[in-house]
Amino acid sequence: MAKELLKGNIAIAEAAVRAGVNAYFGYPITPQTELLEWMAVRMPELGRAFVQAESELGAINMVYGAACTGARVLSSSSSPGVSLMLEGISYIAGTEVPVVMVDVMRGGPGLGNIAPAQADYNQIVHGGGHGDYHPIVLAPANIQEAIDLTYSAFDLAEKYRSIVIILADGSLGQMMEPAELPPMKPVIMRQPEWATYGAEGRERRFLSSIYLDPPEEEEANFRFERRWQEIKANEVQFKEYFMEDAKYAVVAFGTSGRIALSAVRNARAKGIPVGLFRPVSLAPFPEKELAAMAEKMESLLVVEMNAGQMLDDVMNITARRTPINFYGRMGGVVPMPEEIEAEIEELTKGNISNETHPRDRWLAHMGKMN
Amino acid sequence: MQKEIIIAGFGGQGVLFSGQLLAYAAMDQDLHVTWIPSYGPEMRGGTANCTVVISDQEIGSPMVSRPSAVIAMNRPSLDKYESEVKDNGVLVVNKSMIDREINRSGIRVVLVPGNEIAEELGDRRMTNMVLIGALLANLDVLPISALEKALKEHLPERHHKLLPLNLEAIKRGAAYITETV
Repeated sequence: MAKELLKGNIAIAEAAVRAGVNAYFGYPITPQTELLEWMAVRMPELGRAFVQAESELGAINMVYGAACTGARVLSSSSSPGVSLMLEGISYIAGTEVPVVMVDVMRGGPGLGNIAPAQADYNQIVHGGGHGDYHPIVLAPANIQEAIDLTYSAFDLAEKYRSIVIILADGSLGQMMEPAELPPMKPVIMRQPEWATYGAEGRERRFLSSIYLDPPEEEEANFRFERRWQEIKANEVQFKEYFMEDAKYAVVAFGTSGRIALSAVRNARAKGIPVGLFRPVSLAPFPEKELAAMAEKMESLLVVEMNAGQMLDDVMNITARRTPINFYGRMGGVVPMPEEIEAEIEELTKGNISNETHPRDRWLAHMGKMN
Repeated sequence: MQKEIIIAGFGGQGVLFSGQLLAYAAMDQDLHVTWIPSYGPEMRGGTANCTVVISDQEIGSPMVSRPSAVIAMNRPSLDKYESEVKDNGVLVVNKSMIDREINRSGIRVVLVPGNEIAEELGDRRMTNMVLIGALLANLDVLPISALEKALKEHLPERHHKLLPLNLEAIKRGAAYITETV
């Protein structure tokens, strides 16, 4: 199929349509509204379910109910809206029903603004809702990747009876890029052996996140953890650029990952042996791959559009054996390639020590700048 | 090859559409391209801009601080972007909306009376096409023919009666060729 010039939000929506999504429930919020708008047109046109709920709370509970029937269900929102949905997400996780969510992150905390940010990494990757559960979190850096990840997200969710969250940000949602849409899959009503779609002629099933008997709840929690082990073993995704002969590496995901690519190219043009390691699955995180890569590097630079949330994970994974610098911009401010390039040059001076925390050094450094 | 272009002006001047047109033309030439708008809480009459990056390899940042070229459709856009154009870059200025001298040297400044030309053609909405024609005549990124093809293929059907006028506007703008000073 030929490439089309597609806006991120619309590309994600259409990828879900083509993956055979049966139902969409949502509530508008910038910068993801075009996703909902596209579904408002496409879903009724194709005879599928679309509801603009009265609020994010309504939407996520409609998602919950529809997912219990075995339907392929999608919802989408942006940071403050996702915060409202977290109770429902925890219930969905506790009930073990597959759901695909899209979070187009914006500046925060609070109402914040509508500019691109990555400050919900911890909220999404490390749970957010209550209880022990692990969503699968995928972070696209360009529109083709957003399409491909969304298209396969439903199979992934169903395979593990898990929540899959596509974690994007305002710039990916709003930008346009040529990309190829996949073929339309037939829309079918799946009838998995756990689903509650009407019990006529068979024994009644029951879906809930309630386990009043603690040992029974513990058993469910063990099941979640064992399943997570399986997901960690099978579903890691990441991309590397210029890593073959690299002595330094930038670690960045999503939009900051693609911006870092520009910086890495510019630094390469100056003869600096630097590469880029871009985690695509943030959960499961490419832990082994990052650890093995870091062993070979003189130092790392972690770049994020937040105050160093993934940085903490990178420090844990590398056990602080490799010197790390951090560079972050916050509140909807996007780092420019030149800023990252300057930080790469900083690495080559070879005077980074992990005796102080990278975040402390970054804060001191930004204090001088601002 | 990579070129970054910022198009800026008032909302309603066709800033976002001209950027999309460049993006379509680049895509049709099998180039990599990104288009990203400013998407703040803006409205007609407010400022609007978009950044288009065109490259022959996978594009990293879709946003830039030092663009290869800027189209400034009004005074606030000129004030904001004049200093940001890369050395040896191109600054296309809608002279009709600017009441001051251009200060930058070391770049190619293309002064085009965009509004007047569009009015001569009989439709003020053609200003963006005049300026985009001037851009491509001065920046080595896409042939004008690619832009014309993109316009034919991607202009909404209901506007197709305006095609000849758009093509004429591009041609008129492309006549403004200057040197780096």
